[in-house]
Amino acid sequence: MQLALSINGREVVREVEPQELLLDFLRDSLGLTGAKRSCDVQVCGACTVLVDGLPVSSCCILAAQADGREVTTIEGLAERPEFERLEDAFTRHAALQCGFCTPGMLLTVSALLESGELGSDEEIKRSLAGNLCRCTGYRGILEAVADLAGAG
Amino acid sequence: MTTTVRQPATRPQIGVSRPRRDAAEKLRGRAQFVGDMLVPRMLHGRVLRSTIAHGRIVSIDTAAAQTVPGVVCVLTGADLHDIDPYYGHAIKDRPIVAIDKVRFHGEQVAAVAAETPAAAAAAVEAIVVEYEELPVLGDVEAAVAGGATLVTERDTVPGLFHGLGELPPRDGNVCYRYRLDKGEPEAVFDHAEIVVEGEYTFPAVYQYAMETHTVIAQVEGDEIALWATCQHPFLVRAEIADLFRVPVANVRIQVPYLGGGFGSKSYTKMEPLTVALARKAGRPVKIQNRVGESMVTTRRHNMRCRMRTAATADGRLLARDVTCLFDTGAYADNGPRVVATAGDAAAGPYRWTAYRVDASCVYTNLAPAGSYRAFGATHLQWIGESQVDEVARRAGVDPLELRRRNLLFPGEEVRAGGKPLDADLVGDVEKVADAVGWHEPKAPRVGRGVSVGLLAAGAHPVSSAVCRLEADGRVVVLVGTTEMGQGPRTAFAQIAAEELGIDSELVTVRGADTRFTPYDRSTGASRSTTIAGLAVQRAAADIREQLERIAGTSELDPDDYLALMRKHFGFSGGELIGRGEVAPVGTGSYAEGPVFWEVCVGAAEVEVDPSTGFVRVRRTATAADVGRAINPQLVERQDEGATLQGLGNALFEEMVYEDGLLLNDTLLDYRVPSFEDLPDEMTCVIVENEDGPGPYGAKGCGEGALAAVPAAIVNALADAGVVMNELPLTPERVWRRIQELKEEGKWQQ
Repeated sequence: MQLALSINGREVVREVEPQELLLDFLRDSLGLTGAKRSCDVQVCGACTVLVDGLPVSSCCILAAQADGREVTTIEGLAERPEFERLEDAFTRHAALQCGFCTPGMLLTVSALLESGELGSDEEIKRSLAGNLCRCTGYRGILEAVADLAGAG
Repeated sequence: MTTTVRQPATRPQIGVSRPRRDAAEKLRGRAQFVGDMLVPRMLHGRVLRSTIAHGRIVSIDTAAAQTVPGVVCVLTGADLHDIDPYYGHAIKDRPIVAIDKVRFHGEQVAAVAAETPAAAAAAVEAIVVEYEELPVLGDVEAAVAGGATLVTERDTVPGLFHGLGELPPRDGNVCYRYRLDKGEPEAVFDHAEIVVEGEYTFPAVYQYAMETHTVIAQVEGDEIALWATCQHPFLVRAEIADLFRVPVANVRIQVPYLGGGFGSKSYTKMEPLTVALARKAGRPVKIQNRVGESMVTTRRHNMRCRMRTAATADGRLLARDVTCLFDTGAYADNGPRVVATAGDAAAGPYRWTAYRVDASCVYTNLAPAGSYRAFGATHLQWIGESQVDEVARRAGVDPLELRRRNLLFPGEEVRAGGKPLDADLVGDVEKVADAVGWHEPKAPRVGRGVSVGLLAAGAHPVSSAVCRLEADGRVVVLVGTTEMGQGPRTAFAQIAAEELGIDSELVTVRGADTRFTPYDRSTGASRSTTIAGLAVQRAAADIREQLERIAGTSELDPDDYLALMRKHFGFSGGELIGRGEVAPVGTGSYAEGPVFWEVCVGAAEVEVDPSTGFVRVRRTATAADVGRAINPQLVERQDEGATLQGLGNALFEEMVYEDGLLLNDTLLDYRVPSFEDLPDEMTCVIVENEDGPGPYGAKGCGEGALAAVPAAIVNALADAGVVMNELPLTPERVWRRIQELKEEGKWQQ
């Protein structure tokens, strides 16, 4: 089937198999490997991308479901001017280690910052519970996000 | 090992929290992991895994699979007749794919290489295997019982890297046994005023590196190339060369960034199967595990333990007696080393009159168990430390005070023939106790606990590094250490910069490629900063010495480096190459070790809800006793990550088996800590006594907190009234224990 959508602000038209997952489409057809495969069951958040501005686990939706929508991956987010704030905060607080969860974490954070849902530490913890990180123990990420939310 | 501390020419490069050198790449999604890589003509591999825990393979029918469009080949045990297909760095007990028998649920039975992942998956579905089921040994007690079925009939064939002296022959299903003795414990127990004893259970745990095991292999003639998620590329290189009968130097392993390791990617995992499949296919093949497959590739050992501790009425620790059975699953993997390390940790760092430790590594029909961060110490510390607290309760002494009286001092013997204590444990435990408000008043149902232990760290101390000073004044460090998040590329840049008196931004540390990077034994056992870091320091110092010779003076100004190079080479090219090596002092044997004792000291404050059994961790503190912190922020982040893993290990992480079948093989059913599990306060106390054998007195960290935190949580829960002898501390278990206490009249309302 034919798919027409916006990826990181560019129009993309491609043939896809009806059963193809959005994650595989992004990684294998478009070479956008910033979205990572890990749990396959919408628990870990490593495959998170934004669809029409909202965080979505790309391992659990079909590419076909993104037809006509706007998809943002980490590669697209990193091109935006506001990304520098995120990058600066995560770097200063060493809010990353292996980096496997990091793109998904940043996409979730960017969407939630925009909607103002990260006011308190408790809100940050609750809102980011869908993005696992096995390395950092979350402390550095919490500090970075609290910094961003406070400064925002 | 000796360390030269040099006065830096510019501001210090070490002891400061320089930003991670890999931050931009990782934050922008540009960092490459093996799963992101493509190799020309690459095929996709998929593995058929056993659906039963133990059985004879009657037949494998691959005819239908071979006709699936896009399939290039199907590999089974019958394809391995030209080599000895058994491997294992400790014991060569494991076939590349099952031969005649399957020994655990999830064992590799066949593999398919195909043009697309979908074709490979369809072909795996089309393979028909007929099994004749055999009795399943689902736990260690069954496996050591008289007349138990043998998991393997093979005699023990030592692997290349067990590092444990002469391996004894297999004794039934016991593949290795580690014993330590001091004095005559029985005589002490007979007369002791306090004797604490109990039986304890530790669960199987999944490391969950978020990136699953992934390998690309390419075989051309007698050259083998691998891109692999391996922590120890040089050890894997040797095993692959040995298995496929090619020279060591013909095996090239490249390791890009790893998406976490925690021990799960130590030693050889999916590499042999991927090479065998690529060899048959005649084209490169990628195999990428799903989470459920990585769970059966390796895990933490589950364990049963009986322990007794003897003390005087006023709380002087006298003797300890430990017997434990480690379930290593169907193949040894790193089990022998895990068991030896556990044996070293079992007594605990106290001034014992006598002890007896007897730790066995037992084959069963579960998936193989190997390394997971702070192995051995995590298994034993919570048990030993809970008995120390019970002694304190019976003696009426504050647990912190009891430890002050009994802990070893620096320089005292930890284990006969081994390295004496190289840390200030009393100081460490006092600091973490303070951090959780040890002497503050407590609300009802709130408890506090501390724990102290040691972990034999450093593994075998062999590392080398090369520094290249380029003609533009920049430095490249080549070292085999794997960057899996812990930050060696940042720390090593700081060390080289410190030696050369330049800014660490001018130093780039490259990843492992065994064709070009010099030998490094492994990335694990908290060894990299200490041992590989020392090799980097020596390589940078070697460049500096060369510059001093060129200049004819030891008074060097880094601003003159380029002029000196031009003077030496006669043009604006060339490069100075510095070499650094670390080799063992003495024979480097395990008995003489460890390289250093990693400190495992922590404290916790918990709150228990008696109506649900739910335990909430309110505060934690850990001591990062690192000698000298090269990058304090990275040290803190290591301890915080280990703290959360320890919290998961203590409270809810558990692989659940029934008759050898793994029941919770997805993250829906196997829960790991999320943001919501973060304690209200998490403190990492960095201790810098410059007493380590690494550069500037540094020693490793990052594992100790994982052993310390579960023990501190168990002791805090006991302080709140609930003494437990089984992990994890799930609400159900805690609630049931509270009901028992109520029935016994021991529950304080």
